[in-house]
Amino acid sequence: MRQDHLITATQLSRGDIEAVLDRAAEIDADPAAARERHAGRVLALCFYEPSTRTKMSFDTAMKRLGGETVDMGPVEMSSVKKGESLADTVRVVEGYADAVVLRHPSEGAAKMASEFVDVPLINAGDGAGQHPTQTLLDLYTIRENHGLDDLTIGIMGDLKYGRTVHSLSHALTNFDARQHFVSPESLQLPRSVRYDLHEAGAQVREHTDLDAVLPELDVLYVTRIQRERFPDESEYRAIAGEYQIGPEVLDDAKDSLTVMHPLPRVDEIAPEVDDTDHARYFEQAHNGVPVRMALLDTLLP
Amino acid sequence: MSDTELRVSKIRNGTVIDHVTGGQALKVLAILGIDGTRGESVSVGMNVSSNRLGKKDIVKVEDRELSQDEVDVLSLIAPEATINIVRDYEVVEKLRVERPELVKGVLRCPNRNCITNADEPVASRFDVVDSGVRCSYCSTIIREDIADHIDAG
Repeated sequence: MRQDHLITATQLSRGDIEAVLDRAAEIDADPAAARERHAGRVLALCFYEPSTRTKMSFDTAMKRLGGETVDMGPVEMSSVKKGESLADTVRVVEGYADAVVLRHPSEGAAKMASEFVDVPLINAGDGAGQHPTQTLLDLYTIRENHGLDDLTIGIMGDLKYGRTVHSLSHALTNFDARQHFVSPESLQLPRSVRYDLHEAGAQVREHTDLDAVLPELDVLYVTRIQRERFPDESEYRAIAGEYQIGPEVLDDAKDSLTVMHPLPRVDEIAPEVDDTDHARYFEQAHNGVPVRMALLDTLLP
Repeated sequence: MSDTELRVSKIRNGTVIDHVTGGQALKVLAILGIDGTRGESVSVGMNVSSNRLGKKDIVKVEDRELSQDEVDVLSLIAPEATINIVRDYEVVEKLRVERPELVKGVLRCPNRNCITNADEPVASRFDVVDSGVRCSYCSTIIREDIADHIDAG
């Protein structure tokens, strides 16, 4: 990877992606070989928003590379509570660590923070913006199950605010992937993501109903529709209910369909789906460790 | 003496911004950050007759010479504008408005959740794209009514 920072999926070429995924596969096959690669190195975890998977998998990844982590802890317990700016915080933290992982509720936070530090900064989610490391593990999971070319994928749910969708959809333009976007009209892709997809030569096929495209999908990527995006509870329930996946919904799908979800899920995917051969979302979450190990191995000096 | 000159008198030193789309003069001043607080004399003619534009605005700012960077920012709202730098009543330089690649600190990002709208030490920055401008931080695209996003603060 040529860049010092990982801020957005738009900066990743096919070569960048394949290099990280290949390295992740090597690590997956022989984790012990990577055990001491970054001994003595420190990774800073700055999470301004709650996180389970992303934070814990970065923590695990760094430790499995022989390194250590320092955690800013909850915002309420840090200097952020005293009014410290993000710019000041990351400038301080870069003195403690060899790389910084940042999650922040504002779009563009990682981009701005990266302008204030010299160590690699990794965007672990910036508001409704981007989540490029999730994309890398998503792509790894897709590659393991189907391969990344000659792929038909349906991306469903909150496409407007879903940062995992914004990153994944762009990264897929590096591959021979047909993308179908399924969402309520009010949660369709934002203008900026459409612009990038258009610039990348991708065709945006949008649907409000999964039924029309389900039979042709190799992968169905489901995201959570959040309650706070709707003015009232009844509207939320009515719309969210139309985008739930139960075993019966999958009757029309290919036997080989892979169902993915960045998690956490609420009720978009019924627990009964977990026991089907379609379900890959826990495997997807587990892939966060080898993929983030590979990414750190690539970015750490 | 033409109608325009009758309405907006000649200046001794400064900048004349001519051929501004009718009704945009105040936005031109806003985008240049000229609000009179620095004491400069500003004359504005709005909706005067123009062979080329039908109706045009004209802005004269005394004792201030615009730089090329400032002029380029005007391309976002007044792409037809012509800029004359005046010294001792003579036009000494004509500047052409060119589309810049980047606009910094002029526009406010309409995305309230953009980091540039948080209390951080960073100026807004927009990349100029074919269809408008795009926030360099949060990627929000502004296509219509760019002048409405001029940062008055």
